[in-house]
Amino acid sequence: MNSQHVISIRFYATIFGALLALTLSTAGVAFIDLGGNLNTIVALAIAIIKALLVILFFMHVRYSSRLTWVFVGAGFFWILILLTLTMTDPLTRDWLETTIGR
Amino acid sequence: MSDSTSIIHAHQFDDAAQQHEASWLGMWVFLATEVMFFGGMFLGYTIYRTTYPQAFADASNHLDIWLGTINTAVLIGSSLTMALAVRSAQLDARKPLVLFLILTLVLGVVFLGIKFTEYYAKFEEHLVPGGAFEYADPLAHAAEILFSFYFAMTGMHALHMVIGLGLLTTLVVKTRRGRFSVSYNTPVELVGLYWHFVDIVWIFLFPLLYLLGRHLR
Repeated sequence: MNSQHVISIRFYATIFGALLALTLSTAGVAFIDLGGNLNTIVALAIAIIKALLVILFFMHVRYSSRLTWVFVGAGFFWILILLTLTMTDPLTRDWLETTIGR
Repeated sequence: MSDSTSIIHAHQFDDAAQQHEASWLGMWVFLATEVMFFGGMFLGYTIYRTTYPQAFADASNHLDIWLGTINTAVLIGSSLTMALAVRSAQLDARKPLVLFLILTLVLGVVFLGIKFTEYYAKFEEHLVPGGAFEYADPLAHAAEILFSFYFAMTGMHALHMVIGLGLLTTLVVKTRRGRFSVSYNTPVELVGLYWHFVDIVWIFLFPLLYLLGRHLR
């Protein structure tokens, strides 16, 4: 027998309910002007929470070995590196133009 | 492999548990490459969206938020049925396993059906990038970029769904033939991981494509 963790149907249903509630709230909040970039931040925060619920429970990572955690973490940490380091260029070009470009 | 009393493992592994762990890690490595594959598109999207925030917000309002929300719910529902399929496999419950696999298949087809009607509407509204693109706005070119990302990202996502449907069909056939047991159901688990990953991609696509400009109307 493998070290498989069997999750109860009730718990799966709870996660499903939470995911549905978050989906409806992200669609609802989209109609409210929160000002500035807050709409984007809230939408992304909800998406990240939903993704974490899927990864931890539907994908059983919560009950997996530490080595699995490393593999999963490396995959998603990589996209943070990709986005953050790349965006340091386009997001800071204005800084140069205002000081040098005139 | 169908003999549930003795667990056969390949000779390079100490035991079936180690083989199982290796399969999971291998699948996660594959999913990490999938993160890289979709990551490039998410990066391109981020750069163009920060360059043309207003045009992206306006163009986003041309997508159907209700169909998008319904499709998100459908896909989350299919993730639930997939998780329950894996659970059935773990408990060696063959009939529920087939049932949940078929339910997942049906929900996947519903998702693609709704996606198809959305695409069809975009063709009719001349919102498909290319020669027939029509958009009454000075920032039409920037809007065309958003629709390019929309079709590229949701198209690649849909392709992954189609592959997933093929994998699920294979699982249904193999389950019917009694290929899985309580001691060997790794393929069911790994297809489950794949299906949930495709769900996660959509969880990010939905707010990033459909919900950009509703609050500005």
